[in-house]
Amino acid sequence: MSDQRLGEFEEIILLLVGILAEEAYAFRIGDEYATQTGKISSIGAIHATLSRLEQKGYLKSLQSDPTPVRGGRRKRIYRITALGQRVLDESRQLRQSLWNQFPGFQDLSFSYE
Amino acid sequence: MSKPSEDHRPPLLAMRFLHWFLRNDLEEEVSGDLLEQFRQKLLITTLFRAKLDYWYQVLNYLRPFAIRSFALSFFMGMFKQNLKISLRHLRRNGSLTWINLGGLALGMMATLLIALWVYDELTYDRYFANYDRIAMTMQNQQFGDHIRTWNSQAMQLAPALRDQYGRFFEEVVTTNYSQPHQIAWEEKKLIRTGNFAEPGVVKLLALELMSGSASALEDPSSVLISASTARAIFGGEEPQGQSLTIDNRMQVRVAGVYRDFPKNCSFADWTFIAPFELLSTTEHYRERLEWGNSWFQVLVLLNPAVTLDQASAAIRDVKKNSINEEYATRTQPKIFLHPMSKWRLYGQFKEGINTGGRIQYLRTFALIGLFILLLACINFMNLSTAQAETRSREVGIRKTIGSRRDQLIGQFFSESALTVLLSFILAMLLTRLFLPLFNQVTEKQVEIPWSSPLFWIISVGFMAITTLLAGGYPAFYLSSFRPIRVLHSLKRPKAVFSLRRILVTLQFGVSIAMIIGTVVIFRQINYAKDRPIGYTQDNIITIPIKSPEIMRHFEAVKRDLMQTGDVQAVAASDVKMTSTYTTNSGFTWDGKDPAFSEEFHTLRATYGFGALVDWQIVEGRDFSEEYGTDSLAFILNETAVKYMDLKQPIGARVQWGTGEDARQFHVIGVVKDMITTSPFEEVHPMLYVLHYGRFIHYLNVRINPESSAQTALTAIEKVITSYDPDNLYEYQFFDQEYAKKFNDEEKLAKIAFYFALISLFISSIGLLGITTLVLEQRRKEIGMRKILGASQKNLWLLLSSEFLWLVLIACVLAIPLAYYYMDSWLAHFAYRIRLAWWIFVLAALAVVGITLFTVSFQIIRAAWQQPVQSLQDS
Repeated sequence: MSDQRLGEFEEIILLLVGILAEEAYAFRIGDEYATQTGKISSIGAIHATLSRLEQKGYLKSLQSDPTPVRGGRRKRIYRITALGQRVLDESRQLRQSLWNQFPGFQDLSFSYE
Repeated sequence: MSKPSEDHRPPLLAMRFLHWFLRNDLEEEVSGDLLEQFRQKLLITTLFRAKLDYWYQVLNYLRPFAIRSFALSFFMGMFKQNLKISLRHLRRNGSLTWINLGGLALGMMATLLIALWVYDELTYDRYFANYDRIAMTMQNQQFGDHIRTWNSQAMQLAPALRDQYGRFFEEVVTTNYSQPHQIAWEEKKLIRTGNFAEPGVVKLLALELMSGSASALEDPSSVLISASTARAIFGGEEPQGQSLTIDNRMQVRVAGVYRDFPKNCSFADWTFIAPFELLSTTEHYRERLEWGNSWFQVLVLLNPAVTLDQASAAIRDVKKNSINEEYATRTQPKIFLHPMSKWRLYGQFKEGINTGGRIQYLRTFALIGLFILLLACINFMNLSTAQAETRSREVGIRKTIGSRRDQLIGQFFSESALTVLLSFILAMLLTRLFLPLFNQVTEKQVEIPWSSPLFWIISVGFMAITTLLAGGYPAFYLSSFRPIRVLHSLKRPKAVFSLRRILVTLQFGVSIAMIIGTVVIFRQINYAKDRPIGYTQDNIITIPIKSPEIMRHFEAVKRDLMQTGDVQAVAASDVKMTSTYTTNSGFTWDGKDPAFSEEFHTLRATYGFGALVDWQIVEGRDFSEEYGTDSLAFILNETAVKYMDLKQPIGARVQWGTGEDARQFHVIGVVKDMITTSPFEEVHPMLYVLHYGRFIHYLNVRINPESSAQTALTAIEKVITSYDPDNLYEYQFFDQEYAKKFNDEEKLAKIAFYFALISLFISSIGLLGITTLVLEQRRKEIGMRKILGASQKNLWLLLSSEFLWLVLIACVLAIPLAYYYMDSWLAHFAYRIRLAWWIFVLAALAVVGITLFTVSFQIIRAAWQQPVQSLQDS
């Protein structure tokens, strides 16, 4: 098990990056976050987390080609690295094993709130 | 809902703001993201809300990762760079930097010290909760043509005030004057200064009792002691209820302990308070003291509903109404109140009118302090600017290479900020260093108020202002130069500095005035010190007599002392020869004008006193045991003879007292005038009379000059303690007591001397700044002159005369002022020097010399420079 842990917000952002694939840039991630969780987060906050995850080596990024929608500006697309993948896996396994040991598991609805 | 349109743009200001703080490499993606966000918002909400959201998004980018390193560079990187350049610059300019820095630091130190002193004086007595309501009763009395004012009162005054004017006062309290007393507890004896007061004093002073009750002093056998006294006597033991003996005569029980008074208050030396009743009973005051014996202080606590003026006016005639008519018409006593707020700073009265006091010194020094600070700042600016101007090329180069103007401004400001900060630190260090000396000279205990926020606000504010002023000119003016002009040097910007000249002139004026003041004060002190005393003080000690046993066995004591071989002469007296402040009246003699309200200083002594102090008999003879009648004889001093207008003093009859108490004396001798009070005062008319009774308080002993003082003192102690084993043996040397009389003036002299030095130093710095500026601007002119044949001497004369003018103008301004001020200072002293013209000339010459010295360095350097250099470059 890695000694690096993910915060909940970080974990969600990582997952969203994986889900969005080629569309994984700050604005879209923020948009998706709002749709998926129903909570609003500023782009700045998302961006800060992205750059932190990138620093930790869970994400890598590259710049896309310019798009007219953005006034000809390029976006920064994020991708999960192998390390990021592993950290996510570990996190899921940990939760899974915890949930499996939880006696009231059957009675509870599964939700990540 | 508005249609998404290319026309709708995010708020411009927010975009600019984002652009300003965002890291460059993030800008493209972030502004893209935010634009997308904005567009999306526009689809679902109003333009206003979208704009608001944009602002929200922008502000949310204010995160460490996103903020451009500019923030860091501005505060760290760029500042580091600025700091480095500033330090290099400071180092390169070596001595000039240090002078500039030191000058500012010195100015700050001087002002800080003065401010601390002034603050300490202004907060004098503020400790007391009833500060605004406490007052002291004073009285004006007519003496001949003059009105005299004093704060002593008869013991009958307080009861009269309470009975007749009770509604004005919450408390009326009679107190003695605080004096050293011996306190004994079991075997332990020590001398503490303390006082006797009526019980109301506890409430009047709002005494902070740590134990005991507020009504403790109602019991005449109780005593309140301060915490420090309690520590000194009992160490760790519980003081409450312990028995003490005051002066071997008064048995008291400790009824309470109060918190020590702070040092800067009028009651600082009250380290214990005993009931006045106890003193009064022990000394039989009630039986023997009347309205004529003004021996005590009477303090009042005003009723909150009454103003001081009302109460003061109301009680005016309280004494006059209580005394017999003859006494009343002769002395015209008027009682009035002097508020606590004026005790310290407005303690001087002349002809019954308050004429200020210490406040005058305070004002003068506060003004000097402000002036020193102002000039230190202005000098600092001058020198900074002068140095900066030589850097116009540097500015040009920097700009050419690509410096922005704001960077240059930052550079100049960080330089001045650095210098100001260093000066401030230096000033603090200097203040710390000199504070003990300052405290010693001023006899204070001031400290730097490190923990006071006000102090820091003022300090930081002051530093900020100085930085802005000193850095402002180079920052904004120099950075505005067009590089091509500066580098090409077609025209060099001219500085306007007539204001600086005026200020430097003023500064020199102050220095000259202070030099004159210092010289005058020192000379006045020396003049008084050199004044012939008229008797001998060498090797004489005075021993306070604390037990009646000594006088009861006076002859035996005297014999024992003489037998030690270390003693030449012994005589007792009622007061110390060095302070004969006891006065008496009620004398009549042939030819006295009945309306003449006379007053003599008197000294009562035993046989042999004259020989002991070696006084000079001018006429007649000394007291002598060979004549049986000398107990009714007077010896006068010369002033008394003149005062009484006696043609034939020897044998003249003088009556002392009236009615049944009257006794007839005759004059047997006249002695040369002696200084027995203040060496600055006129000699008072003085009467010497024989006395062996209860008035005697001091034993005077002349030590054999052959013996060592130490063995003699031990031998004397042995004799005294054999007669008075219960009291601590104390003594004072005549000459040391006398020397104390110069304390106040010497204190003033020292302060004036130090500040004159500082002021002079700061003026010199100011001059240095101006010289540097002027010579820098006239470099080419000097070069030209040299080429055309001017010698170095010519140049020196030409250039230094310009600065001498400043000093001469300063002299013209300062001398009349100094004359006026010092003349009024000298007027306080009856025995004083005349203001000799040479003092003024000396001060002026000194300043001219310093000016030439300061200026010549720079001038000679400029004059030595090869013309080719000064003409070629720039």
